[in-house]
Amino acid sequence: MNNNLKEQVLRSSGVNVLKCMRCGKCSGTCPSYDEMEYHPHQFVYMVEKGDIETLMNSKSIYKCLTCFACVDRCPRNVEPAKVVEAVRLATIRKQGNNHLIADNIPEMLDEDLPQQAIVTAFRKYTK
Amino acid sequence: MNTFTYYPGCTLRTKAKDLDVYARSSAEALGITLEEPENWQCCGGAYTTAKDEIATKLSAVRTLNAAKEAGRPLITVCSACHNVIKQTNYDISNDEEMAAKVNNYLKLDEAYIGETTVYHYLEMLRDVVGFDNLKKKVVNSFKGKKIAAYYGCLLLRPSKALAMDDPENPSIMEDFIKAIGGTPVIYAQRNECCGGYITMEDKAQASKRSAKVMDSAQEQGADIIITACPLCLYNLKKNSGSDLPVYYFTELLAEALGLKEANNE
Ligand code: SF4
Ligand code: SF4
Ligand code: SF4
Ligand code: SF4
Repeated sequence: MNNNLKEQVLRSSGVNVLKCMRCGKCSGTCPSYDEMEYHPHQFVYMVEKGDIETLMNSKSIYKCLTCFACVDRCPRNVEPAKVVEAVRLATIRKQGNNHLIADNIPEMLDEDLPQQAIVTAFRKYTK
Repeated sequence: MNTFTYYPGCTLRTKAKDLDVYARSSAEALGITLEEPENWQCCGGAYTTAKDEIATKLSAVRTLNAAKEAGRPLITVCSACHNVIKQTNYDISNDEEMAAKVNNYLKLDEAYIGETTVYHYLEMLRDVVGFDNLKKKVVNSFKGKKIAAYYGCLLLRPSKALAMDDPENPSIMEDFIKAIGGTPVIYAQRNECCGGYITMEDKAQASKRSAKVMDSAQEQGADIIITACPLCLYNLKKNSGSDLPVYYFTELLAEALGLKEANNE
């Protein structure tokens, strides 16, 4: 339980985790469900419990596609994707925690890859 | 009224030239003037929803403000630019604290608080040109072609900010397909994400998602699939393993209007 981190994630996401009724609809619609160790409804629940470090250390924060399906389809307007993003930001904002290393990029490129993919990866995985 | 500020975005200058070139020539043929602001910057490709992220929102606000100063609505065509710019505009309009922080950074002559109207190119076709009028200008009809519209995630969601169409049962692209004479194909995955954003992080996941989209369209009998997103195009073409042809909607538009010299497919 880490109250500072919890406060930071709540403030940064602007999400009221207490609105969640744990119906699981967000996770049911999440296209990354199979790839995520913790699913969107678990993010909401674990943030409520203050268990932020477990989430920060999980690869799940890099598996979210930012597709906003969970945001649109949650019956309580909780907006779980914002929680996932806030936890990811808490992680990558720490010194030396960038998830994407510029030197590794050239080998990821192919001639058809749109700029958009690179720009977005930087925005999502680095600070 | 038929002049708009036009934001092409960085990808349309490079890998997605087709999306841009056909958007411009078609607009001209439809009596719409698109004016590009000077010195625009890349929008960043993904909207950062976090309330304590200000710097990542500034380039989108500068674009919105350029349109405001020109006194015109703003048109975008890339799904991702559109999503970033519309979400930015929504939050600036609805979150006073965020608007105040952004304006502190920008120091504009007059604060920007969400005054600009943003249209996706498809909305311009629907709401300004009108699909009935578009239909009258078609010289090469897509009659007999079964065309699957791929919305993906960014055109429709979050629906309260994007407000383009019903996010679960959209029709704007299908109405476009009808206007150019084609037969729209409805399939389950049309508004689910293809996983394009994850292509650099986890290629296997991007392949799995994009194959799902392509298979879903093919099962419903699609001859071709259309998109407004350069990343969707890339991902559906390169990572899905499917041979269903993928095009930008603007390319079909230009062809329907007789603006493509190339012979019909
Ligand atoms: S859909 Fe909404 S209410 Fe249901 S579990 Fe997810 S966040 Fe909670
Ligand atoms: S935004 Fe992220 S968490 Fe939400 S449904 Fe999409 S992939 Fe899953
Ligand atoms: S969405 Fe992409 S293509 Fe469009 S400007 Fe932003 S980063 Fe560039
Ligand atoms: S590339 Fe995939 S992630 Fe991007 S808009 Fe298209 S569907 Fe969504």
